[in-house]
Amino acid sequence: MDESNLLVEIKDLHTYFYLAEGVVRAVDGVDLKIQRGKTIGIVGESGCGKSVTSLSLMSLLPPSAKIVSGQILYYKREGKPGENSTVTCIDIAKLNPNSREMRSIRGNEISMVFQEPMTAMIPVRTVGQQIMEAIILHRNVTPKVAREMTIDILRRVRMPRPEKVIDDYPFQLSGGMRQRAVIAMALSCNPSLLIADEPTTALDVTTEAQILDLMRALQHDLGMAIMYITHNLGVVAEMASEVAVMYLGRIVEQTDVQSIFFEPLHPYTRGLLSSIPHLDESILNPNRSRRLNVIKGMVPDPYSRLQGCPFHPRCPEAIPNLCDRIVPTVTEAKPGHMVRCHLYGEAPSEKEPQVNYAINPSK
Amino acid sequence: MQSTLQNEVDVRPPQAEEPLLQVNALKKYFPIRRGFLRKVVGHVKAVDDVSLFVNEGETLGLVGESGCGKTTTGRCILRAYDPTAGQILYRDPTLGKVDIAQLEPEQLVHVRRSIRMIFQDPYASLNPRMTLLEIVGAPLRAMGLAKGKELEDRVAEMLTLVGLRPEYMRRYPHAFSGGQRQRIGVARALAPGPKFVVCDEPVSALDVSVQAQILNLLKDLQERMGLTYLFVAHDMSVVAHISDRVAVMYVGKLVEVASTADLFSSPKHPYTEALMSAIPVPNPRPREKRILLTGEVANPANPPSGCYFHPRCAYAKDICKVEDPPLEEVEPNHFAKCHFARELSLTGAIRRKL
Repeated sequence: MDESNLLVEIKDLHTYFYLAEGVVRAVDGVDLKIQRGKTIGIVGESGCGKSVTSLSLMSLLPPSAKIVSGQILYYKREGKPGENSTVTCIDIAKLNPNSREMRSIRGNEISMVFQEPMTAMIPVRTVGQQIMEAIILHRNVTPKVAREMTIDILRRVRMPRPEKVIDDYPFQLSGGMRQRAVIAMALSCNPSLLIADEPTTALDVTTEAQILDLMRALQHDLGMAIMYITHNLGVVAEMASEVAVMYLGRIVEQTDVQSIFFEPLHPYTRGLLSSIPHLDESILNPNRSRRLNVIKGMVPDPYSRLQGCPFHPRCPEAIPNLCDRIVPTVTEAKPGHMVRCHLYGEAPSEKEPQVNYAINPSK
Repeated sequence: MQSTLQNEVDVRPPQAEEPLLQVNALKKYFPIRRGFLRKVVGHVKAVDDVSLFVNEGETLGLVGESGCGKTTTGRCILRAYDPTAGQILYRDPTLGKVDIAQLEPEQLVHVRRSIRMIFQDPYASLNPRMTLLEIVGAPLRAMGLAKGKELEDRVAEMLTLVGLRPEYMRRYPHAFSGGQRQRIGVARALAPGPKFVVCDEPVSALDVSVQAQILNLLKDLQERMGLTYLFVAHDMSVVAHISDRVAVMYVGKLVEVASTADLFSSPKHPYTEALMSAIPVPNPRPREKRILLTGEVANPANPPSGCYFHPRCAYAKDICKVEDPPLEEVEPNHFAKCHFARELSLTGAIRRKL
């Protein structure tokens, strides 16, 4: 990995929710590196902590959530890439969410596209007003210039008739156009990192294909990194160059997109891949009695805390007396292929202390 | 250009002498009302002249984008909506052959025992204040099929059938996960012993690993109970997996119907081709080419002239702007609604090895 191109480095992040029912360990030890200009896909089922990871990165956590430990290092580059650029390292986890420093990063350097374009926009303000707000806040420009910049960015996201749409209200746009407007809003300040949290889940397939195509083109033109959060493995295969698979607050496998799909190592990744219906199989060998492979059981309830590997009750390859006792550590099974599973590590010696928790697990 | 594909693999179930359900020229228009007097100023043509048939024991997939009328079609078949026009001929086990569109309420009760529905969102479709016993038992009670101890036994049997423990029957839905809730929805649908089930996006609200469990359950139940499904969905991979035949809808009209293998390997309508090209495939190898549709889905309240798809169609010619093509049998059992269905050579999602 090229260290100078590192944009974000998340180290052992723990984000917990303190609720009346108990503590939910939504993010429980995530390590992640994001390179400049690359797309990383974060895959996982609901409740695996993928959205909370991104909200921690944006410092947009709800009041009940708290970053318990860990670092989120953001490498801010000033000046053009080359000799006279300086890189400063900022730990977002330490910043006050309301501080001036955080506000200068949020929406400016790191911005986000949300899943539901209708709820991501204010219904009573025009599309133009909402995009201009970010531009005026972060760039020192007059409203007139901001308006021109807004039309320009709308044209960039291939919005039809941008001069007219800028004065439209969100309800006047279709789903696909709304998502284009939300992307325009996120890109208005030319961020280095765009977090896309399931941006096409609410859209139809043909519209989804348009938006994915647009995001790829914009990345090519503007060079931002994309953190693409989704549960759709098909979308990941199209968008990402690197993929991280999450299960119950941890990244269980991380490598390049080819290896995830062709040589998956973690039993959870394998289970996920074999549980989706494959078109070519259904068409080439039609067989009415075909059944999909399933991962047995379901995601455990968020308040419980399992001993050992959190996947062991559902894992077909669980090793008794090991997986149910000791949390696996991250191993590099192949160069650049990280996996968190006992199958690929060395058998831990009995004396080795159990994993250090941020919070005492005896509670 | 006669197809030899039919001989290769015959995926269709044994044909009954006539279809279980036959829909003829079904229309459902919703009025648009404006102003103080709520005057009708127009109609949303949600379903506009749809004809299809479903054979006994098979699964017909119904796909299309949001607003194309696929759910409305499913609901009309149950008479959850009163159709504006058209026939819905159904072979009912007790009443014999009936037109559901014309039935009186007393007879409708019988039909609704044998045509049931599974809903999309398992969080919205279960009453949080009713126990599983009440939810699954409700149709049995309402139809006078069982009561008291007998009802309990029947509910326990249904819960076991869908893979839930009967001991849970006095719990409320909030105690269950999304996948388990969808199983409750399936148990409720199957409780009165139906023959035909309209599945309205039954897995689109579920997680990937749970989705596979429910799809397998639906296939198992179909095999064991000889059910016939109308499977409404927008996920093409799921539809390809579960369906014997697939019907594609666009702005209230059926544009193509064929066996799953034929539709995905050699589509005859440009919209089907575009829809397949847009499927995100879980395979990181670069695809050859992708057909990106421009523009938006037409407005069913104010559709374009001629063929509704012509403003977005890459193959459109002058005739498409003027004349609406009929749904024709282009190849045996392969219907398409396009002027050039016989001439165009379109790319499917999968190229079948010949």
